[in-house]
Amino acid sequence: MNKPIRAVSIFCMFLFLALMANVTYVQFWKSDDYNTDPRNARVAEASYSRERGQILVGDQPVAESKKSDDRYKYLRVYPESGARMFAPVTGYLQLGSQTGIERSQNAVLTGEDPQLFVTRLVDLLKGETAQGGNVVLTLDAAAQKAAFEGLRDTLGPRGEGSVVAIQPKTGRVLAMASYPSYDPNELATHDSAKASEAYQALDADEREPLLNRALRTRLFPGSTFKLVTAAAAIEDGKYHAGDDVPAGASYQPPGTTHDIGNDGRSRCSPEKISFATAMEWSCNTTFARLAVEVGPEKMREQAEAFGFNSTSLLDLQGQVQSVYPTGVDVPDGEGGGTRELSLAETAQTGIGQNAVQSTPLQMAMVTAAIANQGKLMRPYLVEKVQTAGFNVLRTTEPETLNESAVSAATAGELTQLLEATVDNGTASPAAIPNVRVAGKTGTAQRGDSLCSAGGKPPYAWFVSFAPAEDAEVAVAVMIEEAPDRACNEIAGGQLGGPIAKAVMEAVLEK
Amino acid sequence: MATNSALMGFVHRRRRGAELFLLVLALIVGIGAYAAVGLGVDGEVPTNLIGYGGWLTLLVVAAHIAVRIVAPYADPVLLPVVAALNGLGLAIIHRIDLAKDTGLASQQLTWMTLGVVLFVGTLIVLPDHRLLARFTYTSGLTAIALLILPMIPGLGTQINGARIWIALGPFSFQPGEIAKVLLVITFAGYLVVHRDALALAGRRVVFVDLPRGRDLGPILMMWVVSLGILVLQRDLGSSLLFFGLFLVMLYVATERPGWLVVGALLFFGGAAVAFRIFSHVQSRVDIWLDPFADADGSGYQLVQALYGFAWGGLVGRGLGEGMPQRVPYVESDFILAAIGEELGLTAVMAVLLLYGLVVERALRAALISRDGFGKLVATGLAAVFALQVFVVIGGVTRLIPLTGLTTPFLSYGGSSLVANWVIIAILLRISDQARRPLPDLAADEAEDPDDQATQVVKVMPEWR
Repeated sequence: MNKPIRAVSIFCMFLFLALMANVTYVQFWKSDDYNTDPRNARVAEASYSRERGQILVGDQPVAESKKSDDRYKYLRVYPESGARMFAPVTGYLQLGSQTGIERSQNAVLTGEDPQLFVTRLVDLLKGETAQGGNVVLTLDAAAQKAAFEGLRDTLGPRGEGSVVAIQPKTGRVLAMASYPSYDPNELATHDSAKASEAYQALDADEREPLLNRALRTRLFPGSTFKLVTAAAAIEDGKYHAGDDVPAGASYQPPGTTHDIGNDGRSRCSPEKISFATAMEWSCNTTFARLAVEVGPEKMREQAEAFGFNSTSLLDLQGQVQSVYPTGVDVPDGEGGGTRELSLAETAQTGIGQNAVQSTPLQMAMVTAAIANQGKLMRPYLVEKVQTAGFNVLRTTEPETLNESAVSAATAGELTQLLEATVDNGTASPAAIPNVRVAGKTGTAQRGDSLCSAGGKPPYAWFVSFAPAEDAEVAVAVMIEEAPDRACNEIAGGQLGGPIAKAVMEAVLEK
Repeated sequence: MATNSALMGFVHRRRRGAELFLLVLALIVGIGAYAAVGLGVDGEVPTNLIGYGGWLTLLVVAAHIAVRIVAPYADPVLLPVVAALNGLGLAIIHRIDLAKDTGLASQQLTWMTLGVVLFVGTLIVLPDHRLLARFTYTSGLTAIALLILPMIPGLGTQINGARIWIALGPFSFQPGEIAKVLLVITFAGYLVVHRDALALAGRRVVFVDLPRGRDLGPILMMWVVSLGILVLQRDLGSSLLFFGLFLVMLYVATERPGWLVVGALLFFGGAAVAFRIFSHVQSRVDIWLDPFADADGSGYQLVQALYGFAWGGLVGRGLGEGMPQRVPYVESDFILAAIGEELGLTAVMAVLLLYGLVVERALRAALISRDGFGKLVATGLAAVFALQVFVVIGGVTRLIPLTGLTTPFLSYGGSSLVANWVIIAILLRISDQARRPLPDLAADEAEDPDDQATQVVKVMPEWR
């Protein structure tokens, strides 16, 4: 009987080899997949059991882990003073999920990052539980405060809006505010019933407090997009800042009966006005004509040079692409496919309407590129990564996204126009004594009818930078809803200007 | 023959000293793991470490002394291996106790005590394993009776859909675990007597010798019994185990692979029919194919186990540093997930190697055993062990659909632990017989090889 017994032995050996191979597959090859599966609550739960690193602004923590006596060893705490203000950036840590920097820098914060390997090894040898590393943000606490409080105080309790401020030379994000916001402490609580109740309440809130509007909400940029139109016109060599440009009380683009008007701004009415006047008074007829003269192809190239139709922010997930249309979808009934923008549509894109859509971050990038002699930098939020003992492991190097989104000469001319707009025109609310400020307002229609005709209130925008000759900060303010304000009061200059001014002052006062 | 006489001249050493040394290592595993659990969870060595360690040592030393006295030539590796597995199992159950606030480890220690008592008892009561051949039909009937017990209303209880427990007062008991051992004895006794009829009659079809139709009787009966367990008790694991066990023993007894072909066809036929008819079989297969389809519902247990294994990675999170309590029934069927999470792939490999060693030592005893009955019993027990380990560990690591069996010596559960200690006792007895120097008549140089081949037949009647 020994022969079959040997056969049985070999069979058993294969059974065991199969088990070993399979368990190696599960624990070695597949372990990364399972450990990063968002449904895997175990990993998140474990992160509560060790000291997660801090998220810092300057030297102040905006997220830290505190010893806790309940079922987990540590509780994630977002210091009360800044919890709501920083929430869109920090995100929150909850059992089974995390958002914002908590998510994108999770490996550093938990200590799993390869850069923290040595620290982890030392912790292991000392018999201590490994500590996560710290993440230092680029945010400027004063600017962030000015941005958040500016939105809150200007828009009222039911308002919605966002502010992004960028350091033009580097791309450092100095402020990123989204209003309304939420208290991440409510979501990070270990009381899972309370946490899920809080989440459901926030999720059901139609004002979407959990939404980071700075990079996830895109709207018609309205007149702030005229920066791009002007840039395209100057780059194309058609006009210079000192030239006269076409204007008019109204403009009927080729191939349409729809008139573009100037909302009663009579200075735009002459057939020819100076470029500065057109910018100061944000003459729709001028920029619609410029867009048609430049053509859809050049308009799109210019917009894409500033970062439209792509994503650029690596430090937070979820950036939505801003759009300058590459073509128009033709309905299947009319042959299907796509066609180029018509001149009528191009005219509308020139004033930031039609299919042009932008996030606040994107408009801040456009402004920052102009402020930086035409050089577009990649926006970033993580300044440094440190060990738990505050030893710097890595400092982010600024990265150029586009060496010349516009030429330095064009950037200079645009700056002149924008300075004039603050000095004499619609952007005057952003003027700061003894500082040269460049800025532009935007008031984008929502739907066809105007405020005066009982339509929906418009979106208000404001972009600016200062000091104009050597900019330290570029700001974009976006106001989505301000229901406590009268419809005709909602305009970029009136609402956005003072907020932008406060943010610029906060940065410049340093 | 030259080789034969050389073999005859070879005398196995007792190696009891080696066994003692290995037992010390096994105790270090068991008690060390227990201490490590305390350190990992509470940050201090458990207060009852001395008492616990003392009791474990006492049990292991008692088993060793019993082997020294009543089975001095027994295999020296088996006892240390199962002592290590049982000790590790106790520590892990203690770990899960701390997480779930239960007290299963002390119950398991009581069961282990009973297991060791039965282990020693079996060795003493059974001076020669061939005694068991007398009980061929008795144990067969007992096994069937035990398998039917859970079906009796009022006595049987249904847990997690499988009706395989009986409740006697505060104790619940899984008769199938005992039936397993009894069935091995029954099959071995039956096959030793009928192997010639099963082996020689039949005809050759294509390349395979197929058995005669009338000889198919027993295999068909076994097929029906295992299907009956599947249908009536909804116990996938046991039905697979019993049928596989019978096939292996039939093959070994008859040396005819044809039986395997017939058996495999029957198995897959039965499985296909069961898959079509029974929803619980279907749902097991569905979970196996994609546990993540319903990760919070039917697939929850398997998904959590897989997360646990992955979370452990190569070296594990450390005892007390994981979350094994996330896996439902982690203390019984899924205990390997706890080991995988807290001790890592390394420990899972070690556990698999220990199981492999048990199977290997059992098959080795079968190879060197001098009688057919002993060979069959040892092979049967080895096959039971290997199949059970494969089915349960394959199930919890998603190699095959989950069927629900205990992990020998590791899982919490009295019936399984006690039955496994008895299995080890029988294996030790067979190896003791096999390794013992031959009595004088074996030294007879005049004996011819034919005589050896019929030795079983010669010896058996004396025992009947």
